[in-house]
Amino acid sequence: MTAISDIAPRSASATDTPLVVGDREFTSRLLIGTGKYSSNEVMVQAIEASGAEIVTVAVRRVDLDRAHEEGILHHLDPERFFLLANTAGCYTADDAIRYSRLARAAGFNEWIKLEVIGDKETLLPDTDGLLAATRTLAAEGFKVMAYTNDDLITALRLEDAGAAAVMPLASPIGSGLGLLNPYSIRTIKHRLSVPVIVDAGVGTASDACITMEQGVDGILMNTAVAAATDPVAMAHAMRLAVSAGRQAFLAGRMPRREVAVPSSPTSGMLG
Amino acid sequence: MPNAPRSTMFRRMTHTTVPDGGAIAPVVNGERRSVAVGSTLGDLLRSLELDPRTVVIEHNGVVLRDRDAYDSLTLSANDNVEIVHFVGGG
Repeated sequence: MTAISDIAPRSASATDTPLVVGDREFTSRLLIGTGKYSSNEVMVQAIEASGAEIVTVAVRRVDLDRAHEEGILHHLDPERFFLLANTAGCYTADDAIRYSRLARAAGFNEWIKLEVIGDKETLLPDTDGLLAATRTLAAEGFKVMAYTNDDLITALRLEDAGAAAVMPLASPIGSGLGLLNPYSIRTIKHRLSVPVIVDAGVGTASDACITMEQGVDGILMNTAVAAATDPVAMAHAMRLAVSAGRQAFLAGRMPRREVAVPSSPTSGMLG
Repeated sequence: MPNAPRSTMFRRMTHTTVPDGGAIAPVVNGERRSVAVGSTLGDLLRSLELDPRTVVIEHNGVVLRDRDAYDSLTLSANDNVEIVHFVGGG
């Protein structure tokens, strides 16, 4: 008997096109964050189970008083995973630019998941700062993947500013509230030429599936996996959900009707 | 970006170590740290037992993109050094 885990990735790659961002191609449309896991071992197992190729990391000071503390590169092989550094925690364009330059100097790539946060309570983006930082970083050769809200106009401006991908939220970071506005996400995907990758807010597999059914190019998640009771099992569920949602989008769903239509023949009934 | 505002995460500045005669105390990750006069960035990393390949250094607001330059950059008393690395994040 074939396990479903053996079927899903093959059937996905058989009919889907690669996720293309900038000049890179990826098979997996699921991007995974590396924060908040109970241990590095669980994190690595969850990433393996998710099938993700792109993993996000944050830039922070080395704790000099505990200099033997291992950075994340002791656990993640940069040859196997595409490291996407973020600017999480930055509240101004200048800070985000500074963190981006530090991340690039690590020497792996020139990509940055750009966050310019405008509010501590909701972690919603400061779109002015985001646009300013996107322009500067794009001019410096960065591939900017811009975390933003679900506003079409901001998304269009980010594309004009040179973003390599636009990453609207499903709902606030770490909230697990799922996709709050499918219409906005669909509209953004419909109007933009660069990839649209939903970032933040997914809570469980059905959220991921519904999000992918909107036609977006991918999903980035962290807490939904890391904060699950069994992160490795949830990572596997997310892999299947992203794949199923993508397949359903490509298949094209049936039209919604307000009336019932029988599936079985109405003729030939017994007299 | 020497004139950029300092982020809150880089702002903590304390003075825990007082330099003596043959030493200076540049600010490293927000705290003054005593090093011998003439020490290079490479010396600092070795004293901290940090592998240069696993960290990135910002020296007085300038991100250093060439790790080979660490051993030729001599530290000054008023230098501000930030040593960062990748950690888990979403």
